[in-house]
Amino acid sequence: MSGTPGFLSRERIVAPPGWSRWLVPPAALSIHLAIGQVYAWSAFKGSLEKGLDISGVLSALPFTLGIVMLGISAAVFGTKVDTNGPRWAMAVASACFATGFLVSALGIWLGQYWLVVVGYGGIGGIGLGIGYISPVSTLIKWFPDRPGLATGIAIMGFGGGALIANPWTASMLSAFGATGNDPNPNGIALAFLIHGVVYAVFMTMGWLLIRVPAADWKPAGWDPAKQKARAMVSTASVSAANAIKTPQFWLLWIVLCFNVTAGIGILEKANPIYQDFFRDASPAQTLAAAATAFVSILSLANMLGRFVWSTVSDLIGRKNIYRLYLGVGALLYLALTFIGEGNKAVFLICTMLILSFYGAGFSTIPAYLRDLFGTYQVGAIHGRLLTAWSTAGVLGPIIVNAIADARSDVAGPSKYTPAFLVMIVLLVLGFVANELVRPVADKWHEPERAARSEEEART
Amino acid sequence: MSASTPDRTGGPPVALVVLAWVWVAAPFLYGLIALLTKIPALFSG
Repeated sequence: MSGTPGFLSRERIVAPPGWSRWLVPPAALSIHLAIGQVYAWSAFKGSLEKGLDISGVLSALPFTLGIVMLGISAAVFGTKVDTNGPRWAMAVASACFATGFLVSALGIWLGQYWLVVVGYGGIGGIGLGIGYISPVSTLIKWFPDRPGLATGIAIMGFGGGALIANPWTASMLSAFGATGNDPNPNGIALAFLIHGVVYAVFMTMGWLLIRVPAADWKPAGWDPAKQKARAMVSTASVSAANAIKTPQFWLLWIVLCFNVTAGIGILEKANPIYQDFFRDASPAQTLAAAATAFVSILSLANMLGRFVWSTVSDLIGRKNIYRLYLGVGALLYLALTFIGEGNKAVFLICTMLILSFYGAGFSTIPAYLRDLFGTYQVGAIHGRLLTAWSTAGVLGPIIVNAIADARSDVAGPSKYTPAFLVMIVLLVLGFVANELVRPVADKWHEPERAARSEEEART
Repeated sequence: MSASTPDRTGGPPVALVVLAWVWVAAPFLYGLIALLTKIPALFSG
C-alpha cells in the first residue's frame, strides 16, 4: 500500500477488464499540453517588463527557475511518482502548476514580483517536473507493443502546449489592456488568474481518466516472446538506484544532453539566424515577418518530430533511431555551414530536420530506458535522466550566445560557422556514446520474483 | 483477469473515448491553425 489518500491511490485506478487503452493517451495529453505552456512564457515577458517596470533578465527568471525545477523535481520525485501512481502524480502536478499561476496573479496585484518568481518558477516548476514524468511509465505499460508511439504522443503534447498558449495568452493580454507601451498590471494579473483556473480544469480530465493496467494484462494478440528476440530489449527489471550505477544510464545521459544542446543551437537563435542567412533576399519588414514564420515552422517540426520519429523507433529500434538523430543531425549541421546565403529550400529542410531530431530525442528516450532497464521503475529512471535536459538548457544557450557575441562584427551565415562546428562535435560525441550502449549486465537486474511481487502489490 | 484480455470488450463507452480525444484535440487545433496562418510569410519574400 502506498499510504496516499484513497481516491488518488494506485489501487483505485487499476483498469477493469475491457478498459480501452486509447483513453490513456488523451489523459496524458491533458497534462502535457498544459505544462508545455512553459515554452510560451515569452508571451508574458513584454507585458511584465513594461507593466511592472522590470528588466529582461528579471522577466525571464520565472521561466529559468521553472526549467531548473523541472529537472530537479523530476529527479527527486521520480521514485515517488512510480510508487504512488499516475493519478496522484497528475493531481499533484495539476495543483502545483495551477497554484503557480494563482500565486503569480496575487504577486502582480500586490506589486510583489518575487511572488511571480516563487509562484510560477518554484511551485509551478515542481508541477512541470512531476507532470512531465507522471504518465510516461503508465503509457509504456499500456503500450508494451508500441512504447515509442505512446510516449511520442504524450511528449508531442509538451511541444504542442506552447502552440496553444502563445496565441491564447497574447489575445487575452490584448483583451485586458495588458499590451503596448503602458500595459495595465491588473490586466496581466487577471490573465494569470484565468490561466490558473483554465489549466486546473483542463488537467482534471487527465487525473480522472488515467488508469493503470492490471499486472497480468497485455494487449490482445501481442506476444512478448517476439520482444525478447531483439538484443537491446530487456525483459528484466533494474531499480532506479541501480540504474544510475550503470554505464548505460550515463551514456544515454550524454546522448540526451548533446542532442538537446545541438537542437538549442538552432532554437535559441532561430530568428537572427534566418535574418543573417537571407538578409539580402527581401526588404527588412518582409524579412522580419519571414523570420517570425521560420520560428513557427521550427516549433511545428519540433512537435511533429516527437511523434513521427518516436513511432518509427518502434519499427527500427532505439539504437538505430538515435544513430539517425545524431549522425544525420551532424551531417545536416555540416550542410548548413556550406550552403551559404540564399538556398532557402536546403536551409529549411536542414533546420526542420534538426529540430525534428531535437524533439524526437525527448520522446524516444523513455522507450530506450524501457528497453534497457525494464518497466519496473522506468518513471524514476526517466526523472533522473532529465537532469541532462537541465544541463543542456544551460549549456546550449551559453555556447551559442558566447560564440555569436564574439563574432558580432561578422555578417552573414559565416557568423554561425563556429557554433555549428561545436554542435557537430557534440553530435559526434553523442553518436559515439550511443554506439557504446550495450544491454545492462545481469548483476544489476532485480531478482525476478521480488520485482514482480512489488509491482503486483502496487496493482 | 486473463493474460490475453482484449483491450476493448465492453469497457468505457465509446462516447467517453471520443470526448477525451476532443478535449485535447480542440485546443491543439486552435494552436495549430494559429501557427499555420503565419507560415505563408516565410515564402512571400
